[in-house]
Amino acid sequence: MTNNFEIIRAGVNTTFQDQGRSNLYHIGIPFSGAMDNRNFSLANKLTANKLNSPVIEFAYQGPHLKYIGEKINLAVTGDVVFKIIKSGTEIEGNCYETYQIENGDEINLISTNKSVYGYLAIGGELDLKFQWNSCSINTKANIGSNNGKKLENGQKINILKINSDKGKKKTNYINSKVENIRVIKGPNFDYFSEEGKKIFFEKEFCVSKLLDRMGMRLDGPKIENIVNTNIKSEGLIKGAIQITAAGNPIIMLSDHGSIGGYPKIGVVASVDYDRLVQISPGSKIKFKAIELSDAETLFKLYEMETQNLISQIL
Amino acid sequence: MIKNISNLGDAAVYCDFGIEVNKSINSEVIKYFKALKKENIESINNLTPSYNKLIVSYDLRKTNFKEVKKLIENLNVNETQDKNNTKIEIPVCCDDQFSLDIKRLEEKLNINRNKILENFFSKDYFCYMTGFIAGMPFLGDLGENMRVPRLETPRVKVPKGSVALTEQFVNIYTFESPGGWNIVGNTPIDIFDNSKEVEPNLINPGDTVVFKQLSIEEYNSHNDK
Repeated sequence: MTNNFEIIRAGVNTTFQDQGRSNLYHIGIPFSGAMDNRNFSLANKLTANKLNSPVIEFAYQGPHLKYIGEKINLAVTGDVVFKIIKSGTEIEGNCYETYQIENGDEINLISTNKSVYGYLAIGGELDLKFQWNSCSINTKANIGSNNGKKLENGQKINILKINSDKGKKKTNYINSKVENIRVIKGPNFDYFSEEGKKIFFEKEFCVSKLLDRMGMRLDGPKIENIVNTNIKSEGLIKGAIQITAAGNPIIMLSDHGSIGGYPKIGVVASVDYDRLVQISPGSKIKFKAIELSDAETLFKLYEMETQNLISQIL
Repeated sequence: MIKNISNLGDAAVYCDFGIEVNKSINSEVIKYFKALKKENIESINNLTPSYNKLIVSYDLRKTNFKEVKKLIENLNVNETQDKNNTKIEIPVCCDDQFSLDIKRLEEKLNINRNKILENFFSKDYFCYMTGFIAGMPFLGDLGENMRVPRLETPRVKVPKGSVALTEQFVNIYTFESPGGWNIVGNTPIDIFDNSKEVEPNLINPGDTVVFKQLSIEEYNSHNDK
């Protein structure tokens, strides 16, 4: 029999994600891939996987899984409350630490803590369908593994191969919260009144409940458009901030529509993307303008830090 | 010609070809798109052509704005691009159950249903771009007497296959999706085939589309096949 996990409870928004798929915007397919790239990579490193291997991504409430098979390693990253259940005994789980489980053991990913996404990596090769070199599930176009649909109760996750490296790994990473999201001014910046621009960079906005892998809508003071509330539809990218006709910001996230017709006031700097996606509904955010050259330098530093974190896990 | 090259955030280049929407500007965009695609540059991870813009996304771990901008400026854009874009016939049924906004169109355009359909089916349409949702083609141009704005309140769910109008454009909903365009009919064929990795799009930028009217019987038997 194949080693496998049975999904006792799938959770609300559970998908397989890897590094995503590129070079398909022109036919309407976004990058997708793990929302929080740093936590995705760390989860894989902790389980001795290749860094871009598929993992289970969940939002708010994660899955509850039961394992049938030979010994295998698991690791959870993010800020997640979870339990490992070994022959009826519950163990309080710690993120950024490898757990070895065996036949009959369970893992219950109860919830993310003041954040949105968590990651569960399994130390081995999962039996998943790849489409355009990625198993990332895009529920909008039904692309990727699991026929492009979220995971459901009762399904099985089959393991093709278990990693031979079963060493216990650990790191002491703490997810930092961001006070300000840094933004590079967009091509339609001058569509907005002086007052509107001031509001955008000085006032607080609240992350609304309309938040998913496609986008983040914000509530708050209205941003006045003085040119046109529509532009001729054009390409969008991850982190682009559109202002709707009603004057509210929408930030494009990894599964966003490839083109859009609202003016773009700015784009979130790449350095802040991993932390942006972890901001939960009801939280307040503020934007801060930065120059392109600063954004490039900050991203380099952030990437070096990520690489250091990865290399510290042996 | 590109009028202006600027940055869009820190991981994309924004190539502006102008503000108007017409075939000649769009053909320029497609020419640059094809030339860049052909170069197959490893650090460039996405290209998004639209009516009059081309967005070039890149991997900030491998390159930066300055380098990609230079690359675009020095790009050898072949002037004798292939002209053999395909002409595609799309069958559309405008039975009452599909033409959800025909009454609104009659009111806004002040012409009757038969005339609307006659106008709609008598034209060839040029594909400016595809996207928003996977494979959705943006086609044009509708005649001056056929142009209406978007719905005041968009639908939460537009049925898959809906053929819809807004301003000078026609599009086809390749998946069920929210949307605010005026629905005139429905096509029984798949415009995007998500089981194909090569050419999943039936219609590509630069292609010509003609619509062929189906009766409800023909529509139903089309689905049986």
